[in-house]
Amino acid sequence: MVLCFLIHTVCPVGVLSAGESRILYSRIFGQEEPVLSGEGRELTPEQRRLAQKERHNVVARQVRSAVCLSREASGSVCAEAVLGEETVALGEADSGVLSLGPGEPFARQSVALWLGVQALAFTLVCQPYENLLLAEGTLHKLARYCLEELRLLGLGSEVLLKSDRVDALLQRLLPHGQLLFLNHRFAQNMDKELSSYMSK
Amino acid sequence: MYAPGTESLIKQAREIQEEELQKFYGRVLKQLQSSKDAGGELVDSLQRLHLIVSATKYARTLPPELSKKLQALLRSPSSPEQFHALSSAILRESLPLSAQTTWPAWCFPRYRMSTLHMSSPGAGRKEDLLPLCQHLLRSLESRQPEIQPPKHTLPILSKMFTFSSLLLSEDQVNLVSRKLADWLRYASVHQGASISSGGFFTSPRTRQPALMTEVDGAVAGDFFTVLCVGQNYTDDQWMNMYTFSMVKSWLLTYNTEGSSNVDSDDRSEMDSSVMSMVSATSSSSRLLPPKERLREKAFEYCHRLIEQSDRKALKRADAELQKACMVEAVSVMDIICSEDASYVYRAFPCIKALHGRLSTDLAFARALLPVAQFYLNHSETAAVDSEAIFCQLFSRFPAELFNEPMLAFEFVHFCLHNVSVLQEKVAVYRRSFPNLLKFLAWNGPGLISEFMELLPSLLAPDTALELLHTLLDLPCLAATLDLQHRCFQGAKMAVSLEAFRQPTYRGLFLYILRPEAGTGDTIDRLSMLHEALEGMVESPRVVHCAQIVPVLLHVYFNTVTQLADERLINQLLQVLVERSSLLYNIKSFSIEVQRVFSMHLQTLCKLHPPLIVDQYKELLEFASTTTNIYSKEDFYTHLVWVIGEYLSLSYNPCCTVELITSFFEGLEAVLFEITQVRQSASPPRYTPRLLTVLMTALAKLASRSQDLIPRASLFLSKIHSFAHSGPVEICFSEDDTEEIITCAQELNNLLKLPNVAQFVLTPAAQADGPRWHRDTNTALPHRMRAISSLLQNHSSFLPA
Repeated sequence: MVLCFLIHTVCPVGVLSAGESRILYSRIFGQEEPVLSGEGRELTPEQRRLAQKERHNVVARQVRSAVCLSREASGSVCAEAVLGEETVALGEADSGVLSLGPGEPFARQSVALWLGVQALAFTLVCQPYENLLLAEGTLHKLARYCLEELRLLGLGSEVLLKSDRVDALLQRLLPHGQLLFLNHRFAQNMDKELSSYMSK
Repeated sequence: MYAPGTESLIKQAREIQEEELQKFYGRVLKQLQSSKDAGGELVDSLQRLHLIVSATKYARTLPPELSKKLQALLRSPSSPEQFHALSSAILRESLPLSAQTTWPAWCFPRYRMSTLHMSSPGAGRKEDLLPLCQHLLRSLESRQPEIQPPKHTLPILSKMFTFSSLLLSEDQVNLVSRKLADWLRYASVHQGASISSGGFFTSPRTRQPALMTEVDGAVAGDFFTVLCVGQNYTDDQWMNMYTFSMVKSWLLTYNTEGSSNVDSDDRSEMDSSVMSMVSATSSSSRLLPPKERLREKAFEYCHRLIEQSDRKALKRADAELQKACMVEAVSVMDIICSEDASYVYRAFPCIKALHGRLSTDLAFARALLPVAQFYLNHSETAAVDSEAIFCQLFSRFPAELFNEPMLAFEFVHFCLHNVSVLQEKVAVYRRSFPNLLKFLAWNGPGLISEFMELLPSLLAPDTALELLHTLLDLPCLAATLDLQHRCFQGAKMAVSLEAFRQPTYRGLFLYILRPEAGTGDTIDRLSMLHEALEGMVESPRVVHCAQIVPVLLHVYFNTVTQLADERLINQLLQVLVERSSLLYNIKSFSIEVQRVFSMHLQTLCKLHPPLIVDQYKELLEFASTTTNIYSKEDFYTHLVWVIGEYLSLSYNPCCTVELITSFFEGLEAVLFEITQVRQSASPPRYTPRLLTVLMTALAKLASRSQDLIPRASLFLSKIHSFAHSGPVEICFSEDDTEEIITCAQELNNLLKLPNVAQFVLTPAAQADGPRWHRDTNTALPHRMRAISSLLQNHSSFLPA
C-alpha cells in the first residue's frame, strides 16, 4: 500500500534554507500515526495535521538530498525541456529509491520511490516489501499525467490551483493508496475517464 | 519549471489578511448558496479556497455555515465530481475536522464511494471505521450476481484491514475470501459491451461479445487475468483486477495459521483433516473452506500469470506489467507455500521453468529476486538444489548491474531480509563481499544504512583482513566503476582512463573488480593503483564514497573485536600501521580514516595488551620516524600513548629492559628532533598535545627502567627553554605553553621519586578493579592522578 504521494521542489527556493523543499502537492493514504503527544495526551486534530505536514517535509528533504547526490554522482546535466516536451523530460528523468527508517518519519519503516524531473520530484512512499516494479510504473504514469495536465514544464501555477486534477488522477490510478495491475487497455479506459474529467 | 509566480502565490495564500479572508469566505458561501449553476466561477473560488487552507502549516478554521455547505456538496449525489473532489479536499485540510468522523449509511451512494477520505487527521480510528466496514461488507453479501459492489470496495477494505486486522470477524473474513476467490477465478472471458455498441443496422442480439485476448494478440486461452486485454471490461473483470491487486496483503493478513480471532485448536484439527482429503486434487476445491479455496484459486491465478508472462507483449506497457506480474505471482505463491507445504510440489516445476527462462536475460534481474526468495524458503522442503541459483545471483548481478539503483536496493534488502539464512546456508554469500560492495561503491549515500546492518554478516575470520583492505579501498572501487561508465568528465579523468586501458595496470584493476574474496588480502602495488586513479579524486561519486567509509570502518571494528583471536588482532594492528600511510589521496579521507584508526587502536590494545610487545618492530619503526608526525599526527599521538600505556611487564611477561630502552631511545630521538632550540629551527608543525603525550610516554618508560630516568630528566629540564623560544611562543598559545612547561615539571618531579613514579605512571593491570580503590595503599596512585588532573585542567577549583 502506498502511504503518501508528494510533488515537491528539488531546486533551491529563495526563501527556504538550503536543503529544504517546497511541497506543492501532498496526499496521504496511510493509516493514522500514533496519536499521543509528548505529554501523553491525545493530539488535537490541528496538532495531528501539523504533525502530518512536518512528516511530509521530512520526506521531501530526504528525497531532495538523494536527488541532488544522485545527480551529482552521475554528472548529468539537466536540459531544460519546455511545454510540449513532456516525453523528453520524462525520458531524461532520474529515479531512485531510499528506505526511511522507523520513526523517520512514519512510525514503521517505509520505502520512498522518487522520480526527479528537472526542478521537481514526484515521490511515492510505500510500505516495505511492496511490489516496487509496479510502484515504479505507477509513479511514471502519475508523473506523466501531472506533467501534462498541470503544465509543470511551463511557468504557470496550475499545480497549486488545479490540485483537484491530481486528486482525480490518484482516485483512479491509486485508489486509497492501492497499487493496481493495469494493462494498457485498463489504463486506456481510465485515460478516457480522466480526459472527460479534465475537459470539464 | 518552478516559477517565482508559484512561490508568490503561496506567499499570498499564507499571508492573506483576516478581513480579506472573511470576505472571501462570504463570497464562496454566496456562490454555493445561489441556486443558479455557478459553474466555472465556483470552481475557481473553490480552487483558491483549497490553496488558502492547505498552504499553511497551521490549520484554518472555516466558518460553520461554509463548512456545512461544503459537506452538503460532498454528500449530494447530483454534484459533479469536480465539486466533490474540491469540497472533500478543502474539508480535509481545514478545521473543524470532526465532520468526517461519523459515517451515516445514507451518505454512501454507490458512486460516491470513490471519494471517501479516510486519511484526514480527524478520521481513521477503529471505532469510526466499523460502520463503514459493515456497510461495505453488506454490499458484498448482495445475492444478485449481476450487481457488483462499488468499484473501490476492495481498495477501501484493503486499507482498513491493513490498519487493523481485527476489524473483520471470522465470518466476514470467510465471506470476503469467498468473493475474492470467485472474482479471481470466475470472471467473464468475454469483452464488455462497448459504450457505443451497435449501429443503425446491427441488432443487439446478433452482436456476440468477442473473447478477451492475451497480450500478444492471441485469443485468451484460459480464465481471465490482469494480463488479458479487450476493448472494454465488464464489472467482474474490473473486480478481478482489483482483487489481484490486493490479494497479497489479504493473504498475509488473514492466513489460517495466524487467524486473528479464532479458536485455533478446533479449527486446525478440522483444517488438517480437510486438507488431507483434498490436498492432492484441486478439482474438489468446492469442498474447501473459504480461505483454503481462495488459496487454491490464487495459486491457479499465479500459475496462469507466470505462463502468460512468457508471451511477447505487443505494447511496452504490457511488457512492463508482465514483469510486475511475475514478481507478484511468485511472491503470492511463496506465501501460499509457506502456509501450506503441499503446494510446494505443485509450485516448483513452474518456478523452476520461470527461472530457466529469466536467468539468461539480465533485463529480468529484478524478477529473479522473488524466485531466489522462493528457493531460499522452500528448496529444502522440495529437496531441490539451489546452489547454482545463488552462485549466479551473487556473482553475476552485482558485477553487471551495480549501476541500477532499483535493483541494487532490492538486492541489498533481499540480503538483509534473509541475512541469517544466507550466513548459515549459502556459502557463496560471505565470499561475495567484493561484489556486494560494488552496490555500495556506486550508490553510496542511498545504501549506507543498509550496509551498516549488513556488514557484520559479511565478516568471517578467514577473510576479515581482506574485508578491511577492501573497505579502505572502496573509493578506488568507486573510481574504477566510474571510469568504466565514463560518468565523471573532469580534466584529469583522461589520465586515469588511459591507465585503465594499459596492460601494466590490468592486474590491479582486475583485483579491485574481483567478484569473490579469497584471492589475497590485498595487492603489493596498491600505491601504483592509487596513483593511476589520481585523476578521479574529485569525482563526486568517489567523494561520496569516501565519506561513508569511516562509518563502515567503525562497524567493522566493533564487530571484529568480538570475534577476533590473538592472531587476528596482531594482524589488524599491522594493517592499521601499514595502511595509515597507504590511502587513496582524497581530500580529508586520510584524516577521517586516521581518526577511526586511532580510536580502534586503543580498543585493540585494551583487548589484548601484549600486542605492543608482539608487534614491537613495526611500532618501533613507526614511532621513530619523525615524518609520521607531520603526515599522521593523530594516529601517531595515539600510537605513542598506547606504547606508553601498555609497554610494561605487567601486561606482557616478554617485555624486556632492552625493549623498553629501544622504545625510549626512539621517542627520545624524536623529541630531541622536534624540540630543537636553534635559531634556524622551524616553528613546530605539530600540536602541543603531541608534545605532552610524547613526554608522558617517555616518563612512563623511564619509570619502568630506572636507568633511563636521568636521561628523561635531562630532556624534561630543557623543555622550559624550548617553550620560551621565539618560534614556539608565536605558534602555541600562552595556555598551551604553560601546559607544556607544567607537564614537564611535574613529570620531572615525579621521576625524582622513582618508586612513586612507578606507581603513578605504571599502575598494575588490574588497576581498574574496585578492590584497588578500597585499599588505601593501592588507591593512592589513582587518587594522585585524579587530583593532579583536577588541578591541571580545572584550575578554578583552587582557592583564589
